Amino acid sequence: MATTSTLGIDRADVRRARTLARQVGKPIVDLARRHTTVSVERATLRLAGLDGADAEGTPWVNRLVDAVRADCGLEHGVALPVWDALVRGEADDLHVLAQKASAGSVRFSLPEGRAATRARSASSKAVGAGIRTIDRQRARREKFIKRVGDAPRKPWIYLIVATGDIHEDIPQAQAAARAGADVIAVIRSTGQSLLDFVPEGATREGFAGTYATQENFRLMRAALDETSQELGRYVRLTNYASGLCMPEIAALAGLERLDMMLNDSMYGILFRDINPIRTFVDQRFSRQVHARAGIIINTGEDNYLTTADAVEAAHTVTTSQLLNEYFAKEAGLEDWQLGLGHAFEIDPDVPDSFRLELAHALLARELFPEAPLKWMPPTRHMTGDIFRGYLLDAFFNLVGALTDQGILLVGMMTEAVVTPWLSDRDLALQNVRYVMNAAGNLREDFHPAPDGFIATRARQVLAESIQLLDQIRNDTDAAGDPPLLAAIADGTFGLMKRPADRGKGLDGVAAKSEAYFNPATEILDAPKQGAGK
Amino acid sequence: MSIIRPYGDTTGDGMVQLSFTLPMPHSKVAEGAAVQLANKMGMEPALVVHAKPVGEGFTFFVVYGRVSHLVDTDAVSVVERDYPLLTPKEANAAIKQGLRRRLVVVGGCIGTDAHTVGIDAILNIKGFAGEKGLEYYRELKVVNLGAQVSVPELVAAARAEKADAVLVSQVVTQRDAHLLNTREMSAAFREAYPADRRPLLVVGGPRFDEAMSADLGVDRVFTRGTTPGEVASFLVHRLVSAKVAS
Repeated sequence: MATTSTLGIDRADVRRARTLARQVGKPIVDLARRHTTVSVERATLRLAGLDGADAEGTPWVNRLVDAVRADCGLEHGVALPVWDALVRGEADDLHVLAQKASAGSVRFSLPEGRAATRARSASSKAVGAGIRTIDRQRARREKFIKRVGDAPRKPWIYLIVATGDIHEDIPQAQAAARAGADVIAVIRSTGQSLLDFVPEGATREGFAGTYATQENFRLMRAALDETSQELGRYVRLTNYASGLCMPEIAALAGLERLDMMLNDSMYGILFRDINPIRTFVDQRFSRQVHARAGIIINTGEDNYLTTADAVEAAHTVTTSQLLNEYFAKEAGLEDWQLGLGHAFEIDPDVPDSFRLELAHALLARELFPEAPLKWMPPTRHMTGDIFRGYLLDAFFNLVGALTDQGILLVGMMTEAVVTPWLSDRDLALQNVRYVMNAAGNLREDFHPAPDGFIATRARQVLAESIQLLDQIRNDTDAAGDPPLLAAIADGTFGLMKRPADRGKGLDGVAAKSEAYFNPATEILDAPKQGAGK
Repeated sequence: MSIIRPYGDTTGDGMVQLSFTLPMPHSKVAEGAAVQLANKMGMEPALVVHAKPVGEGFTFFVVYGRVSHLVDTDAVSVVERDYPLLTPKEANAAIKQGLRRRLVVVGGCIGTDAHTVGIDAILNIKGFAGEKGLEYYRELKVVNLGAQVSVPELVAAARAEKADAVLVSQVVTQRDAHLLNTREMSAAFREAYPADRRPLLVVGGPRFDEAMSADLGVDRVFTRGTTPGEVASFLVHRLVSAKVAS
């Protein structure tokens, strides 16, 4: 992308927008650093190799964290009490310890002095092994891509699989890859966001999607490795690190070599009513793991447009992208890992709707020139008229071609009617191919007039976004929370008011004590050496 | 005008179009199989205008043809609107006069359904199809519980707010989740309230059948395209006008 603005945007405005995002985000990062959550602690145990579940299906990590919490609270982290018990010889390994703990036959305490030093070093060794597995998986991905080749062109074609049954998903995903998909996303079961545990094993029952489990991740990645070999290009796998178990799912994704993860900074708060502090703490840890694993995150700005008017709310997308970018970079993610989201959701009956879409997409492209950007298709105005829907999807694809999107979620004309049929997917891919083949290079010739409708609209959206960030920065509440929390509480984002002391998962949050120790955070917080693309 | 046929470009031509996929590779035989299916569905003659291999071992077809069936519009049964359509002003006036207090509406999406599009279209001021949502009505008190509300939470909120009506939206329909959730919800309200005190139960979503209200145990089912004005008018009809009349 050219360094000079094609939209006539003042670079000082862009700097101001980023400064505001940092000012709004920084107090939240500080808050996240001062807290831990049950899911962060469980993720740490997962990195140390504790997997599996008891006969009732409750994961051992939940059992062990609950037991430690009952004895010594959550505020010190679970690593010291857990490895102290192991060093004391209460059990030979984590699995046995978890079993004994859930039977009530182990007492945990916070070790001090020498005992603390021993527990610290034992836990660092165990968790370090998990992080090394993540490093190895990242290296394996890079080698695999070098050997079989990468997706041949941009945007990457992103297709969704959602049967609820992993053994049905696999042949569908392989068929979608053969038909041209570069990225396969396995949609999760609708309720999983609000489960405070990660289900175990291969699953065959889900609502509108398939549960994210370590075994399902492994099965699908193995199947796509096979297909990648066959096709001579690496097919990427996507899942969702959102909801109450963000950190754990991020750890599992790293361990099982997933390639992209949905991970938004505020989605859980606004759209799932998950406690804001829980979300920000979980989000930071999960993004640190993604950064380490070389995973590309996809943010969820499309959600702002499906619940509010896409013209009026355009600046909330830009604002969210700027905040997502700040939080992502702070957590160690690089530009090439930022699949910042936006969507084609303007009412087609609005005059100049296509020009407005183009303006918004160009603005995102210009603000984040190095980020891949994730472009999401119309859903709200897909009415069941599949013929008109097919035309809308073509215009969506055309904006994608004109704005150099990195990841294109393929729109289905049967959106809002059925989960995609084989023929729907084929027609949708024909649509993408036709547009990319016919107009993929059109952006070379396309320069919006500096004072035309598109450039003016883009500048207006940026100005509104700066205004909103400034308003957030100056927001306050009675409790003296950071401005962003106050803004979320008073309904700045849409009509949803989400106070910091409410929402799901709040009881799983604890302020860290002086003695808090988490070996995973220690490793992930340390400046990394030479991890490149 | 009660007997009609599909219309292509000439009255009485009976022309329809159809698309489908057969699980066989594309060949002359596959095209013949597509014609056979269309014939069995009553299309005679049937013309395969498009056949394309899709994936491995599948072929997609578009077929045009003439059906001989007649449609008798007199024999069609649907749920017609049985209440007058009111403007917000008329609705407010009716509530004020008939009820002498604000009418309380509690709404939300139950089960695991996270799609608030439907309930928001009806409740939010923003509204739908050019009509303002129920929050816009001065004489309506709207409590929107949002997504993924459990049935006990919904019952508790209805009690706490002394709801006159409960509105539930269901978009996700996998494995008939919308029907199961609705039955669970109506059963819970029947259990929690004496019959004459129970709030009016209204359910809506794009995949409901309007004729199913009795089966689902609710007072009214609204389906795709329903506007806030229709819902408000129905509430006034059942909760205000009916009471005043009796």
